[in-house]
Amino acid sequence: MSDNGNSGKGGGTPRPVLSKAKRQTNRRRFLRTALLTGGVLGAALSGFLPIVYSQKKRLRPPGALDEKDFLASCIKCGQCVQVCPVQAIKLADLIDGVGVGTPYIDARSQACDFSCDAVQCILACPTGSLTYIKPDFLPVRTGAALAAKPILLAKEKDAEPTLNLKERIGVARLTRPEACLAIQGKGFKGQSRGADFKGRMRYMAVDRWKPIKISEHPYDVAECDLCARECPVKGAISIETVFAPDGSKRKSPVIHEPCVGCGVCEMICPVEPGCITIEAREVWKT
Amino acid sequence: MSAPLKRRFGEQIKVMFGWEPTKPEAITEQAKQVHELKRMTNKQDLLAVKAHMRAHQEKSNKWRNRRWATLIVANLLFTFSFFLDIQILEGALTASRFVGFHLIDLNSALQVMLAHKHIINNLLIGTGTVLVLWVLLGGRTFCSWVCPYHLVAEWAEKIHLYLAEKKLVSDQTMDRRLRSVFWIVFAGLALATGYTVYEAISPTGILSRALIYGPGLALLWVFALLVFEVFFSRRAWCRYACPIGLTYGVVGIISPVRIKYKLDGCFHEGDCRKVCLVPHVLDTVIKGRAVDTEVPIGPDCTRCGLCVDTCPTGSLSFEVKGLSKIA
Repeated sequence: MSDNGNSGKGGGTPRPVLSKAKRQTNRRRFLRTALLTGGVLGAALSGFLPIVYSQKKRLRPPGALDEKDFLASCIKCGQCVQVCPVQAIKLADLIDGVGVGTPYIDARSQACDFSCDAVQCILACPTGSLTYIKPDFLPVRTGAALAAKPILLAKEKDAEPTLNLKERIGVARLTRPEACLAIQGKGFKGQSRGADFKGRMRYMAVDRWKPIKISEHPYDVAECDLCARECPVKGAISIETVFAPDGSKRKSPVIHEPCVGCGVCEMICPVEPGCITIEAREVWKT
Repeated sequence: MSAPLKRRFGEQIKVMFGWEPTKPEAITEQAKQVHELKRMTNKQDLLAVKAHMRAHQEKSNKWRNRRWATLIVANLLFTFSFFLDIQILEGALTASRFVGFHLIDLNSALQVMLAHKHIINNLLIGTGTVLVLWVLLGGRTFCSWVCPYHLVAEWAEKIHLYLAEKKLVSDQTMDRRLRSVFWIVFAGLALATGYTVYEAISPTGILSRALIYGPGLALLWVFALLVFEVFFSRRAWCRYACPIGLTYGVVGIISPVRIKYKLDGCFHEGDCRKVCLVPHVLDTVIKGRAVDTEVPIGPDCTRCGLCVDTCPTGSLSFEVKGLSKIA
């Protein structure tokens, strides 16, 4: 930035001689302009730097590009938020440190259960941040690609039973096995997340097109298998008989390759805090 | 178009990018005659006519009311489309769908294209639609008729002017070229960092999302801007900083919708310049400056109509170029 007549030297064209008062006015104006420049750029950087140094990994909606490309292309309009039938998608605020106005999913409070069938958020995205078709020049991380199109159990009998997703958004992991009811051989009775929990899900037995509150759908199971029971994707998780370190046999949830990272298991887990969580942007490791 | 008007057209583009308007070098013969006649008018007569006009002046807020109504309806349409799930205008100001048709804000689209370096069809269609729309409607018309920050800044401006009248604050002007610098800086940042840095601080986007998806802490930045404008510098964001305004200003260069100035009846009292967000576009109303008897106002004009409302002589009016030729 240069200002009119604030420097006497330099420049080939002769400048009109300014009075002292005028020069002072100009200098002050230049300082004010510099102040505004600094303020705005400072604010812009404070919005940008946390993203560069962010350790936080937030789950993005299905079909999201890799984080860097996602941040580059997201126009922050929230159309994905609007079409989601269970309102799983939220927009990040200033202190979330994952990009003001970008969408994320907090699976524990409301997971994506694919109750829209067609992944509406991908269809709504105007910039291709969420997409079925990744442009050729963007690489696919090893282990992010799904071996086959995931089959959505809810529409298994339809002509097209699959979701068109090619990559997972994360992978489920049993983070607190010691608290897992299945491992302890315990059953579960009641509302899985308590009476006040607002999260919703589609239960095919209730209504295919109308998700209901989880609190309105109590369970009574002799051996807890809620994560495997409610997983919307075929073959992504099952309760298996495994050997414990001491050699004895016991039950345990086991996650398989088709897991897309939707987070229904994380939401439905009745233990507080949950035993199973989604590792956002994690890839499948064999 | 006369030669001086052509020259003025080019100069007004420079003025939009931040240069100060200068005295015209050439003026048409007709305009020269009018200027001369005005100089020759008996001063007593002129004062009498002015006083007469002032006495009969009707204070009108016609255009302001229409504009505020449009702005509020447009933004509430977003809110209610989501809140009531009526799905007319889905999304936010940055990108939306109007009954299914993609609409994408030009500056946001530009930022995304520069950062992502890949353009999908929907982005192109939405951007193209909005480009045509604002070419037809007047470029920076977006600012004053749609942008939610413009409205709150207008209210903040009223507080600023009240305080300024009480001599508690004074307007600290800045260098208008700053806006062009910001435009280049933010375009460069998007290109270099691969992140839409500007979108994080865009008060237009923040306010629009807040109206639709609920308030957040990002509103603090908008609030800080308003405080700055109230106590320090009048309409600073819209005048000296906002790259969105410049983007739409460029679109407005070829727009047929504009404010037209008629030299004949003007008393050069400057009421219009006092209410104007961008008074540098109204330099033509200064005595002796008009290069022709009718002068269109330049592309930085937001077509807000405050000058039309306030002009006591009706010398400023809305015009759609070419429409008069058809009718």
